[in-house]
Amino acid sequence: MRLCRVIGNVVAAEHHPAYDGYTLLLVQQVTPEGKQANSTFIAVDSVQAGPGDRVLVLSEGSGVAQVLKAPKGPIRSVIVGIVDQVETCDGVAGLQN
Amino acid sequence: MAHFESCVSRLEMISGAAMYLGQVTGTVVASQKVEGLVGQKLLLVQPVDEGRVPIGGKQVAVDTVRAGEGDFVYLVGSREAAEALENTFVPVDAAIVGIVDDCAYIGEGTPG
Repeated sequence: MRLCRVIGNVVAAEHHPAYDGYTLLLVQQVTPEGKQANSTFIAVDSVQAGPGDRVLVLSEGSGVAQVLKAPKGPIRSVIVGIVDQVETCDGVAGLQN
Repeated sequence: MAHFESCVSRLEMISGAAMYLGQVTGTVVASQKVEGLVGQKLLLVQPVDEGRVPIGGKQVAVDTVRAGEGDFVYLVGSREAAEALENTFVPVDAAIVGIVDDCAYIGEGTPG
């Protein structure tokens, strides 16, 4: 799973039926300290996350199907948690929402 | 060159792991193809970031939503791309699964 930040949303009226009813959010990977890493991608929301939230993103097909309680489909990443805080070994609480 | 390489690895990281944005730039016609791909529409797609800036090279993706040239779309990569088709045991690693109407980007350095 990856630590990411929600940076926007994606609206698509025309989509594959597997995406019916789901909210798509634009997320950007961040380091534990909260710095932006390079990659921006799209994830399905399952925890009512919103723009600005630090989230946990799962990117694995079978796990996604399990979380969404749906048969395996063309969805690869889903937001599975909103991160409150991250503590690293050196005692730095990096991420705080 | 270094910039190109970093773009390519960035694209690999994104397309290998998730759903991502792209712009349809053309069509691909292949009369001879493996059985599972017969009848599937192939489009040429330029992966882009949230500001529609190209990332890495163009790729060929199978279309599942009747997208056309110029459309701003989102794709799914890896194994899950094949799951977008009726027959899921096909050699496909990128599929167009939605046409983007609106993509709101709130920018960096917002809350928190």
